[in-house]
Amino acid sequence: MSTVIPGVAGAPEQRRAIPAHEGGAGQRLLRTAATPGGGVFVLVAILLAAIIWQNPSFGEPGSLIRFMGRTAPIAIAAMGQYFVIVAGEFDLSMGALVTTQVVMAGSLIGQDEGRILPVMLLMLVVGVLVGVLNGLGTTLLRVPSFIVTLGMMLALSGLVFYLTGGAASGNPVDSFRQIGRGGIEDVPVLDVIPYPFIILVVLAVGATVLMRRPFGRTLIAVGDNPDAAELAGSPVWWVKVRAFVLSSLAATVAGIILVGYAGVHPSVGRGYEFTAITAVVLGGVVLGGGRGWVLSAAAGAFALELLFTLLNFIGVESTWRDTVQGLIIIAAVALASRAWRRGRRPSRPTPEATAPHHPASGH
Amino acid sequence: MKTLTRSHRSGTDAASQGSSIGGRPPRSRAPMTTTGIIYVVLALVVVVGAVLTATQGRNFFSVTNISAILTALSVLGFISIGQTLVILAGSLDLSVPYVVSLSSLVGGGVMAGRSENIVQGVALALLVSAGIGLVIGLLVTVLDVHGFVATLGIGLVVSGYLAVNYQGSSGSAPRDFRLIGITRIGILPISTLIMLVIAALVIVLLRRTRLGHHLYAVGGNREVARMSGIRTATPVIVAHVLCSTLAGMAGLLLLARLSVGSPTIGSQGRYDLLSIAAVVLGGSLLAGGKGSILGTLGGVAIFAVLDSTMDVMSVNAFIQDVIRGLVIVLAVAVYARRSMARRPARFDRPTGVKAVLKEAQ
Repeated sequence: MSTVIPGVAGAPEQRRAIPAHEGGAGQRLLRTAATPGGGVFVLVAILLAAIIWQNPSFGEPGSLIRFMGRTAPIAIAAMGQYFVIVAGEFDLSMGALVTTQVVMAGSLIGQDEGRILPVMLLMLVVGVLVGVLNGLGTTLLRVPSFIVTLGMMLALSGLVFYLTGGAASGNPVDSFRQIGRGGIEDVPVLDVIPYPFIILVVLAVGATVLMRRPFGRTLIAVGDNPDAAELAGSPVWWVKVRAFVLSSLAATVAGIILVGYAGVHPSVGRGYEFTAITAVVLGGVVLGGGRGWVLSAAAGAFALELLFTLLNFIGVESTWRDTVQGLIIIAAVALASRAWRRGRRPSRPTPEATAPHHPASGH
Repeated sequence: MKTLTRSHRSGTDAASQGSSIGGRPPRSRAPMTTTGIIYVVLALVVVVGAVLTATQGRNFFSVTNISAILTALSVLGFISIGQTLVILAGSLDLSVPYVVSLSSLVGGGVMAGRSENIVQGVALALLVSAGIGLVIGLLVTVLDVHGFVATLGIGLVVSGYLAVNYQGSSGSAPRDFRLIGITRIGILPISTLIMLVIAALVIVLLRRTRLGHHLYAVGGNREVARMSGIRTATPVIVAHVLCSTLAGMAGLLLLARLSVGSPTIGSQGRYDLLSIAAVVLGGSLLAGGKGSILGTLGGVAIFAVLDSTMDVMSVNAFIQDVIRGLVIVLAVAVYARRSMARRPARFDRPTGVKAVLKEAQ
């Protein structure tokens, strides 16, 4: 993790012209923890410690792994949203897409096990299609992604409610729901490894590798400065379309897991886009693009869920949950914007100081 | 209006592109402002709406129908005017639905059905709303929190407060106050009149005052504005305070119509996303620095006509959402492509598919 930082942030070389691997492993880890993207891991650790202090049984490996399984769908959605946000766009259609996929699974699979594979394939195709439409609307039609995905959200949720009448429909066959609620049983120590957790780990590894490949590098460049990326020869529109497709696919996977976890109802997935954006922002990813790490986005989702769990354990009424969540988000982002600024402030005036994305000097 | 919009645009271009001014080739077509396009689209929507209404054997231009549309226009109008200010300043306000609800509850609670409390009720509701706007403005400027996050967070805070303190509708508007919701002069409902007067005031603020020009400058490029000697915080804070206050007015108007305050009236109306959609539909740049109140009013009117027509056609409520979504994207696409055509040629112009891909970037 710590080796990524100099490459992404680019700060140390520029500021002091020292090799990337300055200091020992411990020092580098500390420096990482001081950035917003690293700080969220510290936040997760603090929240976890606080919960275990309140309720020691939460710290048992079995219940921890179950918690991670429960959090997997939102973490996956957050990673999907990350790709779009780091490219400088928004995906507001995520929640509606989750709902669409959940309802599709419920009504198309029914009690027929033979249909599981074809329907899952269809769900993935729908996911790709939504992503491509969002992406092309943003790039070819040049409509702001906020509007394109808002339109997509209205269209998808309208269709779903029209087709279902707003009522819960039958759950699909149990073997399909096992993806969301089942796991590998009889594991020593852990007792059970939930399938959602395995999916999350696989996707997290995949996303990390992807962000180190040329696509990931280009994505961050596009989010930081699309004009510069364009002039440097990047296919900006195609990179952004792929980011939207990844986001929609993440929503699809989250939907598949949620079918097992929450059942089929048109309200599943409501507000998912804002929760995912919140998680991404909590992970230190900068709205507007070009800053942040994909694993921090997933960690942001965990921090959010841990926060709710903690509030639950210390007996805060669930009605206050929104208020506390709002305060925490604002505080986290306020701190993060300070830290990014400090981390990137050049020692002498450089052209960077005038870039619109990150006012480098104070007011 | 035409010259003004263009001067603002060139101001933004100067801020963001630097050298493009002066090197712009002469245009063959007569230039049409974005606001002009909005009203062409609006006229189109009205014609289609009138034809469709006629097929149902109803008259679109009847006094009842027109004033119903104007009434529907006023609530979203209030909010969208505020949203325009905030978006022009380069921020965003997602907290409006909760401010709307809170204002209707505070107003209704203070009035408690007695006419002598109207002034206090209105004053307190607007004061609370303005206070929320001030907090948001300070968060955005002093703490440097992105407007999206700051308003999302404040929205959550307020919605938590509403959930804890109000289980259902409460408060009540006295009869005198309810008159605001139902009185009309000719075909013009008094609520719409108030909205139009405020729109005019805001237009004056934007076009004739130093603050208004600073608002455009800060929204166009905060860093350039700062280096030009503008105090960048003031316009942003004022925009947020005005936006929340206008949302509070919308809440009071809803209170006058429903005669009770409701903790869910704002979020049910989805005023956050719809007002942003109306602003963008009205030709404002979501990134800030370019746009006009007139355009926004056109965008709001398009929504109102669309809704009225779909109601007359008795379109399923959920299908209405689908149509709304499509119209938003397509309408914005119309002039998003136009502004693309307006861009100056830098180097040799590519042709064919390559041109489309390049320009789409």
